[in-house]
Amino acid sequence: MPEGLRTRGGVGESIPRPDGPDKVSGRFSFGSDLTAPGMLFGKTLRSPHPHALIRSIDVEKATGMPGVKAVLTAADLPGERLYSLHKPPDQPVLAAAGDEVRYAGEPVAIVAAEHPEQARAALEAIAVEYEVLAPLLDPVDAIQRGSVLRELTIRSGDPDAVADVVVDGYYEVGQQDQAPLGPEAGLAIPTPHGGIDLWVATQALHVDLEQVEACLGMRPGAVRLHLGGVGGAFGAREDLSIQVHACLLALKARRPVKMWYGREESFTGHVHRHPAWMWYSTGADRDGRLVFVKATILLDGGAYASSSGAVVANAACFGAGPYRVPNAHVWSGAARTNTVPNGAMRGFGAVQSCFAYEGQMDLLAARLGLDPIELRLKNAIRPGDRLITGQALTGAAPMAKLIDLCQGLPEPPAPSDSLALPGGAGNVASAAEVVRGTGFAVGFKNIAYSEGSDDYATARVRLQRGPDGAAVVQVKTAASEVGQGLVTVCLQVARTELGVEAVEIERADTTVGDAGSSSASRQTWMTGGAVRDAARLVAAEVLKRAGPPAQALAGGHVLDEEGAALAPIELFLDEPIEREFEHHHRPTSGLDPAGQGDAHVSFMFVAHRATVDVDAEAGLARVAQVATAQDVGRAINPLQVHGQIEGGIAQGVGLATMEEIKLKDGLIRNASFTDYIIPTSLDMPEVAAVLVEEPEPEAPYGAKGVGEPPLISSPAAIVAAMRAATGRRLNRVPVSPEELAGLSECRPGWLVRPGQSPAEAVRPAPPL
Amino acid sequence: MTQVRLQVNGAVREAEAWPGESLLYFLRERLGLFGSKNACEQGECGSCSVFFDGELVCSCLVLAAAAEGAQIVTVEGLEDDPVAARVREAMVAAGGVQCGFCTPGFVVAMTGLLRGNRHPSDLETREALSGNLCRCTGYVRIFEAVRRAGDALE
Ligand code: FES
Ligand code: FES
Repeated sequence: MPEGLRTRGGVGESIPRPDGPDKVSGRFSFGSDLTAPGMLFGKTLRSPHPHALIRSIDVEKATGMPGVKAVLTAADLPGERLYSLHKPPDQPVLAAAGDEVRYAGEPVAIVAAEHPEQARAALEAIAVEYEVLAPLLDPVDAIQRGSVLRELTIRSGDPDAVADVVVDGYYEVGQQDQAPLGPEAGLAIPTPHGGIDLWVATQALHVDLEQVEACLGMRPGAVRLHLGGVGGAFGAREDLSIQVHACLLALKARRPVKMWYGREESFTGHVHRHPAWMWYSTGADRDGRLVFVKATILLDGGAYASSSGAVVANAACFGAGPYRVPNAHVWSGAARTNTVPNGAMRGFGAVQSCFAYEGQMDLLAARLGLDPIELRLKNAIRPGDRLITGQALTGAAPMAKLIDLCQGLPEPPAPSDSLALPGGAGNVASAAEVVRGTGFAVGFKNIAYSEGSDDYATARVRLQRGPDGAAVVQVKTAASEVGQGLVTVCLQVARTELGVEAVEIERADTTVGDAGSSSASRQTWMTGGAVRDAARLVAAEVLKRAGPPAQALAGGHVLDEEGAALAPIELFLDEPIEREFEHHHRPTSGLDPAGQGDAHVSFMFVAHRATVDVDAEAGLARVAQVATAQDVGRAINPLQVHGQIEGGIAQGVGLATMEEIKLKDGLIRNASFTDYIIPTSLDMPEVAAVLVEEPEPEAPYGAKGVGEPPLISSPAAIVAAMRAATGRRLNRVPVSPEELAGLSECRPGWLVRPGQSPAEAVRPAPPL
Repeated sequence: MTQVRLQVNGAVREAEAWPGESLLYFLRERLGLFGSKNACEQGECGSCSVFFDGELVCSCLVLAAAAEGAQIVTVEGLEDDPVAARVREAMVAAGGVQCGFCTPGFVVAMTGLLRGNRHPSDLETREALSGNLCRCTGYVRIFEAVRRAGDALE
């Protein structure tokens, strides 16, 4: 094809993101930047107790305060009183007098005022009388009392299989916060006809819409949601935060109401990554071939269901690792306790169990005297193999190749500067004491929704003449751009299918069909697929209008079969062409009582190697490098894929070395960026990444998701490197300085036989 | 409410403010300059970075009233700044932007860094930007953008 007829910036090219110029100039508007004439500021009163009965709520004093325009409690709710991602809903919009609050931070009343300080003062004037109840905080306790959100058992193969070598291990994963930099935020504006428009920073407009409509008791169509700019998400925006509250206040005050959470409130205002307690037993033959995996994976679901159900399933389905495991017995469950609800965070479920099964593989390698990488290669799952759920791998599964490529990546140089030593700017490590360790880990996870959900996304594509007469494409979806670069993907897809470079991605809202959530690494496949299919319908219409011998579109032209230009596309656009398409992925099935079923549509695989410098004496570590090979199917935009990999690894460094929500008596003790620390530019390791592009047969363009794998096995690899440097067990993330220095060790609070429910757990005998 | 008069981006800007209102709140909600962001309002993230008499500060830690008499420059005020222009181009081209919430703060901080030093070493860059948190990118492409912007300024 002549160069002039190539469409630039299509699928496969590293083009810059279209919203970049607005974001670097400060013009891009985020949810918290929204503003409207006459706007009020909304605030939320939250329970200070993890568990209490509300005796009474008195808002009289608050209602009369200066600037206060609305004060609402559960008594004012016009519609459904409960909401959730889960059916049936279980989480109160506002806790009512006479009801219980079930976690510290549960919303009890909301206020709108002219100034945020007036709203804050009004919250303080609301008198809530609580009868404090004993909180249920230990998840094993909770399971034993039947306080369970979901439990699931997977059994495959022979339950009595005998192995030559067996290793047992206990592992914990701390509660991680997504910590998106943009706060929960939105602006609700009442319409003249009694409806409401809500601009909100969310991961899923239609998922929100369904819940908001129900809670407002409004007919379909009266509520419209628009995407407010989203400052990162990582799972934190799957559940509702300000959505219903802002609408209620705006409807009551008949004025626009903006709400955003400050950082402290954000910690209780969204769900977190489930903390996990895991008991594993792994058996192998003398050559290192896995014989069985038995595991108990206990998650704390917190006070409400949120997405605990799916997290439990993921932790179980991927709980034996991307290996050939002939016999498995896995129990996975989430306890319902009186802590802040846990739900979606990047890699959910898969991150937790990966830390355990990879720890087990290293124990096994040590026991067998095998190289840990060798052991992984020997057991790596391959196309056609079956998972422990019985599902056969029908798509790309280049696990062995990823291991090979990852281990071959160049190793980092020794630290060149004291700033690059553990302790960094504080410079407390002494160069002489620093030991370098290397660790390896692999992981995998599903893409998109599983267990029989009807997963689909909608796109509307319009092709018409622009103001200058040249062809322009407009792409409309309800899919959330949260930072991951979906707008770039949609633009590249439209260019590729229509051969037109001028593509506008319109603002997402609910005037077009559902696109599902920007989660589970699914939007490139689902919304990318919907845009592709809608664009193909548009292209077919152009070709029909052009008539034979028109064959294809590229470089702004209709081409013949030889690739020669017949005419500019705009010639056929006297009438604009608009088509809509709903892209569904292949149906999946549920899991049967033995945890068997084709529950997932596709899988992403990844390998990580970490190099960590440790001063064990000082309890300090610095991750020098994370090398990775990732199965991406096909990179629609390699620049963005690398960005996802680096960002995901940063969060993996955080989980491995520093990030944990500290709960004491059910209260979050570190709800700020002063006390909940995330990696800074000084903590970030060098990243060496290689993409493996084996197209996924069923995925549009062969592209798998890419967002989650970087966070699945990077923590496990980093901790493996710390173990190599120190010889310590380090069976808990984040690794604390005390554990690194050997001053403390994480021991199980309960004894559980791997594979059994913690309902049968007993307390260990006290040390003699 | 008191009247606060500030020099922002080269112009005198005046508005009512509550006692105790931060410069960040004043810039955003009073003056409509939403380019400075509010990721923590505790001085920990740098998303609210502005120049205060040429010094890089977190505007959430400065009282609006205390900024009277000072020259405040926000990300909006860097539109015609030649260093900032290279920084913005490099951030987009290098992939240093994802959600973009941290980005205006980084653009201000990177402009400050490159004004003093066109070719900071990797560690100097890391050190200079350690007050700006980014949750999306892992910083790698932001470091790359510093290098590219420095080169483009030659
Ligand atoms: S908002 Fe000012 S430092 Fe975070
Ligand atoms: S790009 Fe999202 S926080 Fe930096």
